[in-house]
Amino acid sequence: MNFDLRLPLGMLFSLFGAILVVYGLVSDPAIYVRSLGFNVNLDWGLVLLAFGLVMLWLALKARRNRP
Amino acid sequence: MPHPIQLGGIDYAILLLYFLFVLGIGWALKRHMKSSADFFLSGRSIPAWITGLAFLSANLGAQEVIGMGASGAQYGIITSHFYWIGAVPAMVFLGIFMMPFYYGSKARSVPEYLKLRFDEKTRGLNAISFAVMTLFSSGISLYALALLLQTLLGWNFTFSIWISATIVLAYICLGGLTSAIYNEVLQFFMIVFGFAPLAWLGLRDAGGWSGLKVRLVGVATSHHFAPGTWTESWRHMGSASANPLGVEWFGLVMGLGFVLSFGYWCTDFLVVQRAMAANSMSAARRTPIIAAFPKMLFPFIVILPGMIAVGLMQDHHGGFTLPAMADGSPNYNLVMPMMLGHYLPSGLLGLGFTALMASFMSGMAGNVTAFNTVWTYDIYQSYVAPAKSDAHYLLVGRLATVFGVVLSVGVAYLATQFGNIMNLLQLVFAFVNAPLFATFLLGMFWRRANGHGAFFGLLLGTIAAAVHHGLTLPAGEAAGPMKGGWLGCVVHTYPSAMAQNFWTALFAWTTCMAVTIAVSLATAQNKSDDELRGLVYSLTAKPAAANEPWYQKPITLGVVVLAATLALNLIFA
Repeated sequence: MNFDLRLPLGMLFSLFGAILVVYGLVSDPAIYVRSLGFNVNLDWGLVLLAFGLVMLWLALKARRNRP
Repeated sequence: MPHPIQLGGIDYAILLLYFLFVLGIGWALKRHMKSSADFFLSGRSIPAWITGLAFLSANLGAQEVIGMGASGAQYGIITSHFYWIGAVPAMVFLGIFMMPFYYGSKARSVPEYLKLRFDEKTRGLNAISFAVMTLFSSGISLYALALLLQTLLGWNFTFSIWISATIVLAYICLGGLTSAIYNEVLQFFMIVFGFAPLAWLGLRDAGGWSGLKVRLVGVATSHHFAPGTWTESWRHMGSASANPLGVEWFGLVMGLGFVLSFGYWCTDFLVVQRAMAANSMSAARRTPIIAAFPKMLFPFIVILPGMIAVGLMQDHHGGFTLPAMADGSPNYNLVMPMMLGHYLPSGLLGLGFTALMASFMSGMAGNVTAFNTVWTYDIYQSYVAPAKSDAHYLLVGRLATVFGVVLSVGVAYLATQFGNIMNLLQLVFAFVNAPLFATFLLGMFWRRANGHGAFFGLLLGTIAAAVHHGLTLPAGEAAGPMKGGWLGCVVHTYPSAMAQNFWTALFAWTTCMAVTIAVSLATAQNKSDDELRGLVYSLTAKPAAANEPWYQKPITLGVVVLAATLALNLIFA
């Protein structure tokens, strides 16, 4: 089957990561009281973005290597 | 009345984006669905890491995330036995010893294996009880999701049911089992990424593991247990009265660790179907073992938040409370979603909530895909309309999906009317499942076991479970169809319902084992050795040492995961 799941996985989590990072940068710091003062949207958004990009990179690498 | 959790615009945006992706995957897979084998078996073409994560995710439904969080609060770290004793060993056993027969036999479903190995009546019994059971599980999953959305967010119950059912229906009809499996993998990552920050923040708030230990001393002593009961998994298993589960180590290891766990993980088509979709024998064998690695670590994201929550409640000034149930006691089933609301700000909250909804839906989708396969191959093709074209069965499979989802919706509404009858049905299904592992064990490893033996073993095993339940009671309960003791006299009282449940399973399994052996020896073998080749251990060529590198061998992976699980048991003993 010619369908690499890493591609949609990478797309989804890169998007989620990007949304959370942007939201973390523009949101009111007061909402982070409940998360013990950590801007978890920014921090965890970066983690998601990194995961998403790695998945995309793996998927694209596999596609390029296919004859 | 304000609802306990408020989602913002950003949270809804994440929710919407996720479900668009889910439907998009179904759409992208549509053009690959050309034959019934594509639809029901994914054409046996999926790599092991995907089937492995799907294997785990199919079971990661409502009961896992909601139920394990609740148990973490009610019983503490002892809940980890459901993973480290009650899952990982059985998953490794399935991969190493049983998968060669499932995958190698070319059976398309678990009931079909029973037909090849035993006879038609054994398959019929299993196929019909399994089909009914999956529909009820799927409906109950749907009901629980709608109830949760209604309680926490104030969503309309009917709207929640129909929107969830429609999404599941759409992606299964489009992409069949492949679509369900791919979405299960997405959901696996959603659960990990949605809940890990919760566990991390909660643990930090509690002052790390050592801080949590101190907090939970008060919880244990207020329930009149030894101080470490909530944070030590083995030290209080010596007697049933020393721990909140009400089970001693023997009942735990034999009842949960052996009968219930092997019965579920090794014979339930819902999970076995994922491994059967793998692209090679080696990938099929690695599937459950790959799944065992994350399974081993899941207690840290699903049980830990429950433990942290009960610690916060003990403190009173943590500002964390659970909505009360009708009788005034805290509703532990809301521990996980309430903890999400407590620690996660808008943004991450959307991610966590989406993960929660996704877990309900994939639990439902798993049941529906198992149902449509068993219905089409084992009931329709066998008894209703044999020898039709493949296109005909593909169409029937799609119709069965619609039919299955609509019936699930019906079950969900039924559950709103008769909550107790639903629980009763689930109990009855436990009676059906408990003996099944004995049938498979004998079927795969004893060539003399025959059709009559298997059939009567299963039947009497189920009856034995019902009789045991009817003659015993958990301490402090009145006799009734739910609690037990309904046969008129109570011959034994267990310390808890959990203990009664484990011993019911043990009785069922032992009866099935004994009856199958006795009847098989008393009647002639109905299958020739040739027919049994590939289905029974002693008549099957050992899987050739495939040319896989050592780190991909099922045995290596199995030993590693078992050793790691043993280490976790020792660390948290």
